[in-house]
Amino acid sequence: MMLFSTPPYVLGQGSVRRVMLQVLIGLLPGIAAYIWLLGASIVLQLLMATVAALAGEALMLWLRGKPQGLFLSDGSAVVTAWLIALAFPPLAPWWLIVGGTLFAIVVAKHLYGGLGQNPFNPAMTAFAVCIVSFPALMSQWPALGLKLNLAEQLRLIAGLIPRVDVMSGATPLDALKTALKLGEGAVDVPTLLATQEVFGNFAGRGWEWVSVGYLVGGLWLWQKKIIGWQAPLGFLGSLFMLAAALWVWSPQQFANPLFHLFSGGTMLGAFFIVTDPVSGSTTSRGKLIFGFAAGVLAYLIRVFGGYPDGIAFAVLLMNLCVPLIDMYTQPPIFGMKNER
Amino acid sequence: MISREEFRQIGANGVWHQNTSLVQILGLCPLLAVTTNLVNGVMLSLATIIVMAIANVAVASLRNLIPHEIRIPVFILIVAALVTVVDLLFNAQLHELYLVLGIFIPLIVTNCIVLARVEAFANKNPPLHAAFDGVCMGIGMLWTLALLGGLRELIGGGTLLAGIEMVFPALQPLQLLPADYPGFLLALLPPGAFILLGCLIAWKNWVEARAAARRPSSPPLALGDGV
Repeated sequence: MMLFSTPPYVLGQGSVRRVMLQVLIGLLPGIAAYIWLLGASIVLQLLMATVAALAGEALMLWLRGKPQGLFLSDGSAVVTAWLIALAFPPLAPWWLIVGGTLFAIVVAKHLYGGLGQNPFNPAMTAFAVCIVSFPALMSQWPALGLKLNLAEQLRLIAGLIPRVDVMSGATPLDALKTALKLGEGAVDVPTLLATQEVFGNFAGRGWEWVSVGYLVGGLWLWQKKIIGWQAPLGFLGSLFMLAAALWVWSPQQFANPLFHLFSGGTMLGAFFIVTDPVSGSTTSRGKLIFGFAAGVLAYLIRVFGGYPDGIAFAVLLMNLCVPLIDMYTQPPIFGMKNER
Repeated sequence: MISREEFRQIGANGVWHQNTSLVQILGLCPLLAVTTNLVNGVMLSLATIIVMAIANVAVASLRNLIPHEIRIPVFILIVAALVTVVDLLFNAQLHELYLVLGIFIPLIVTNCIVLARVEAFANKNPPLHAAFDGVCMGIGMLWTLALLGGLRELIGGGTLLAGIEMVFPALQPLQLLPADYPGFLLALLPPGAFILLGCLIAWKNWVEARAAARRPSSPPLALGDGV
């Protein structure tokens, strides 16, 4: 945000709108898996988040005296909205997603200067704000065995029927952490992964395929050159290495690296969050460092911290470091020797 | 004696133009910590007003006797003595509130607002002016902390005047939002205080910018004593 990379500039084709549209297309495989596994309630969440984001965007553009059409149609607000909807629990009450999205757009994006100026990733800011403020609601994920018809899901989101704890379960990451804590050393990870309902073939039951969907969409974005390889590889690489090291050291206490790669928000974070061109680092080496450190932090927070997943906090903490990273990773000016 | 114009200017500076929280951005530590509700903010501000008024008078009266080189330790001694009095008073009379405000009452000693006014104003002005300046600066802090505390309390928990029964046993807190309001915890945490304080500062700047735009020909307001 504060430092720009040095010339020569190579211009990619297409505008902000085109890039954002392709990011949205990249999210579709993950969304498809999500709908297939957990029902259509996510579509309603996506819709509500989109409407809230566009309304918030329009309001702030009007207050700031900016052209409405140009910024409303660039799609950046919709990308933020979709990321929020995918990161939040699918049966969360409507006001949670609407409030979170409005916070992301109004506070995290526009109060810092709008598109291109925000130091923090808006979607992750919304997630952090909501998980700090409403920890119970943000940790209620529907159990996969639970079959609710669409009408019941909609009534739950609208808050018309009371929330019952039976309907919801923890995320696979949370379940693992809680079981280990309650077991006091009497349980070990391989047994838990093999026996508990919530775990599937290689990660959380069902969720693993949503993660595969994000991976497919992310690889497509990389192949289309919308995102670089540095940030995702740094993120997944450091998470994998840290998980592998601890797993080799003590497989009884720590889940295997594959589980961590396909659990929680890892894949969504790797390809759609740490690749954010605004709040992330701008230089190539900086992106690698940014992703690497975010992966380390995400693993530490999710395994040793009190929150179900650590991606949001890791990304926000690394966003704070971006000016520093950018300063130390400036490439030499074209034609000049590197002075350092 | 204090002239009408001086009176007006000291008052306007304290309450608005040099507002301790919105312009000088002083005393952020108690601001963040105690404005989780309106009553705490108001009561800490009242304690600060008492300390500031008396400390300003004391320093202004002694300003010709205090050696310039050691003025800061002398100021701190005077302020510390007064804060101890207020601290004991709160402990004796409003014990429950004292437990809530806790360390922040003794910490008024180190509060930069008090020291700033003593150093920048009372040390250079007669006692009556200094007393009025202390009160007005305190009122500026009072309404800001009250507004911030009220907003944080309302957004964070949907109530207003929580804890009022610690000051007036006959009164009850108001439940302004419906009882099933889930509460927005962030507003009660320090980040919420920072975000809301930022909004208040932006609001003040907006009000001033609008006022300045309306009267383009008028001379800029004298900002007074230059803290």
